[in-house]
Amino acid sequence: MAFSDSFFAAKFGITQHDLESYLSEALSRGGDYADLYFEYLATSSIGIDESIVKSATQGVSLGLGVRVISGERTGYAYSDDLSPEKIRHAAQVAAMIAAGPAKVEKTPLEEGPRRNLYPVFTAPSETAFRERVELAQRADIAARAYDPRVFQVQVVYADNLRQVLVATSDGMLNWDRQPMTRISVFVLARDKDGVPQQGHAGGGGRHELDWFRNVRTPEYFAKEAARQAIVQLGAVEAPAGEQVVVLGPGWPGVLLHEAVGHGLEADFNRKGVSAFSGRIGQQVASPLCTVIDDGTIGGRRGSLNVDDEGHQSQRNVLIENGILRGYLQDKLSSRITGAHATGSGRRESYEHIPMPRMTNTFMLAGDSAPEDVIRSVPRGLYCANFAGGQVDITSGNFVFSASESYLIEDGKLTRPVRNATLIGNGPEAMKYVSMVGNDLKLDEGVGVCGKEGQSVPVGVGIPTVRIDRMTVGGTA
Amino acid sequence: MIELTEVAQSAIKQALEKGATDAECTITEGQEFSASVRMGEVETLKEAGSRGAGLRVLIGKRMGSSYTSDLTPEGIRQMVASAVDLARLTTEDPMSGLPDPSELGSIPGDLQLFSDEVAGLSTDRKIDAAKRAEAAALSFDPRITNSEGGSFDSNIAGRVFANSRGFAGSYRSTYCSLSAVPVAAQNGNMERDYWFTLARDFSGLESPELVGRTAAERVIRRLGAVKVETQRVPIIFEPRMARTLLNNLFDAVQGTAIYRQASFLAGKIGQKIASDKITLIDDATLQGLFGTQPFDDEGVPSRRTPVIEKGVLKSYLLNTYTARKLGMKTTGNASRGITGNAGIGHGNFFLEVDPNYAKAPEQILAGVKNGFYVTELIGSGVNTVTGDYSRGAVGLWIRDGELAFPVSEVTIAGTLQEMLTGVAEIGNDLEFRGSVSAPTIMIGEMTVAGR
Repeated sequence: MAFSDSFFAAKFGITQHDLESYLSEALSRGGDYADLYFEYLATSSIGIDESIVKSATQGVSLGLGVRVISGERTGYAYSDDLSPEKIRHAAQVAAMIAAGPAKVEKTPLEEGPRRNLYPVFTAPSETAFRERVELAQRADIAARAYDPRVFQVQVVYADNLRQVLVATSDGMLNWDRQPMTRISVFVLARDKDGVPQQGHAGGGGRHELDWFRNVRTPEYFAKEAARQAIVQLGAVEAPAGEQVVVLGPGWPGVLLHEAVGHGLEADFNRKGVSAFSGRIGQQVASPLCTVIDDGTIGGRRGSLNVDDEGHQSQRNVLIENGILRGYLQDKLSSRITGAHATGSGRRESYEHIPMPRMTNTFMLAGDSAPEDVIRSVPRGLYCANFAGGQVDITSGNFVFSASESYLIEDGKLTRPVRNATLIGNGPEAMKYVSMVGNDLKLDEGVGVCGKEGQSVPVGVGIPTVRIDRMTVGGTA
Repeated sequence: MIELTEVAQSAIKQALEKGATDAECTITEGQEFSASVRMGEVETLKEAGSRGAGLRVLIGKRMGSSYTSDLTPEGIRQMVASAVDLARLTTEDPMSGLPDPSELGSIPGDLQLFSDEVAGLSTDRKIDAAKRAEAAALSFDPRITNSEGGSFDSNIAGRVFANSRGFAGSYRSTYCSLSAVPVAAQNGNMERDYWFTLARDFSGLESPELVGRTAAERVIRRLGAVKVETQRVPIIFEPRMARTLLNNLFDAVQGTAIYRQASFLAGKIGQKIASDKITLIDDATLQGLFGTQPFDDEGVPSRRTPVIEKGVLKSYLLNTYTARKLGMKTTGNASRGITGNAGIGHGNFFLEVDPNYAKAPEQILAGVKNGFYVTELIGSGVNTVTGDYSRGAVGLWIRDGELAFPVSEVTIAGTLQEMLTGVAEIGNDLEFRGSVSAPTIMIGEMTVAGR
């Protein structure tokens, strides 16, 4: 597809000449680099509660962000109006970061390489609303049918279609159409007059709506949410103190996101404020651990054809056999440090300055059978699902909250335990990984990562993993 | 604002013409500015304005909503068409609907939410404040070797709300904030901490030097942290962390969680749920504060609602929908952005300090032989359905009434039920820094998990 057929050219009549002239305006006071980011976002959501379709919302937002880099300084302005005057004004405001005459010889724009990791012909947001309502209703029905102890079900269906265009003063011109869809099911269950417990499941990705009919049905997520709530009804208090911890495959990969991923984002490392700063080439995990961040997996929630700075996403090795190999870069950090782009520059919207971010972060499979990993533990905790996590990248301390976990006694899973927080230190915790399963699984597609007030969709994954020492924050 | 009010009223009129039986429209506009400096140099400058409109319509008992960033007549026309189309696809909800006309209104008087000063602040002055805050932190102690910077943010916002039952209102607000985030190192280990100040205008901010120094003191005292043994001890939450407990309580008293029975406080009105020392207030009428507004996001006037009085649960926080579900009256706590339906928010949500038993924080500390003073909490391990509580914590260990040494990589755990009834002391150090405010709180005993 040529630029003239791209979304912003076709819908708003924007030409390459316009883009070059806006970039010149942005560099008129002597900046070293400038880029333009156009975004058109259409979203829909449906909320079902008490089997009633209580909310149905759709809308559009549109805007452009202009960034100018001068040395290590960034100027940024945005506009929700794409008229040439407003774009020029934003460019002039961003240009103020630099002081001096225009000096950069601008490179003529050239269309970047194109590919499609999410060949979605009709995006979910382009289908009839009623079809999407019906999928959400199927989840509600299935969750209620799972067990008579289920008494509240809430289903949220959400999709969006994002059109982006990036043009840079170093000559890059790229655009992308990014569909996204997700179903989430929240269930409350209780024994007669007992305390309610909750279960949550969901999934999606950059798929067509048929994915919910052919690959992962609303019933699949509904049953999973209901199952988790029912399991919790019999849960006992979590242990407190250091334990052997086994992580189940899939979503518990959030460990990698918190313990390792954030600490390897180049902005923190360039500034020397990450616990991983200056540790490339050092052993930061057990030799069994190889951790990858890969934005190129077809249809995944964290995948991108091009990042929000116009680079193609790629597969980046973060840790190889326990040795720290590299950081995740954005334009600013790679300009300053001379590092190669990793396709990791992302932003929440046109109102936000891009930062280095993760895409899909996971650990490669090892050799152990998952049953053997569990069997090896005389006493410990098995975590099947997590609610989320957080990290202090400077000290390296991270936590994550187990939403479904079980005691391991004599190599067997016994009783389910209630919400427990696990805490560890990034560069230390992964040194205690002593077994890695052969069952790598990626999560179902609900992850949202927050950093400095910006949220972006991400994926995680992990095989079954044994960690010999980790602090579990229970009460028992 | 008059122009935007007319846009909102036009959207409502068009919705009624298209067959809606009721409609309400919210329009927001904002101008944001932020400057950050790092190691004495400007790092980013950001400046921009944006607007958005959201519409909710009812066709009988069916509801649909839409939003747009395009406030041109064509953009508004599409927003109206979209909401009306959706309302025909949703299910009838017997409890849906706008507030009764008798419930609508706005509290009188100048709430002091807006300062002309903010629009006129020069960029240089704002950068200078951020530089001075960071410099004060960097020069405090030689162990402060690095920084995530100083930053200044300001915002000028306007909000319009109108509905088909005759309500139209608008208000403007401003804020400024200044923060510093120093990084300190010792024996190869790094720590960071922060401090901030927030006000409706520049002159209401703490001095940049005080912000930098406070941030510096906080990061220095974290150096050399150790992990302690697993044990049960008294826990003191400093005010910044005590606020997070109020956020947890808000989640448990807001009407949606209550009618869904997704809160450990559902069905507990009139019951003793906390220590006598706990009186928890929501009040959106206090002049100049950050949770103050003349009316809520459904056009219901702001008010003061005692949520807990001397340990007894008195009221939930409700919007119109959740009030109807519970057979109660709205408490004026509807809250919404421009997308979706009204949820529930709080005004100024704070623990009232009774001078009869509030103590100076040092006095509270002096009474603890062996305990944990919490200065930071991380993670999402609070379950307001069951009350289970388990979070990562950083702070200082208390020995014989004094802060003895820093602690990190531990968790604190218990249940919100036990924590509420276990409140042993309340500090006299309440201050309004944001819309949720609490003094120092001491809880008799919780589990610290470490080694």
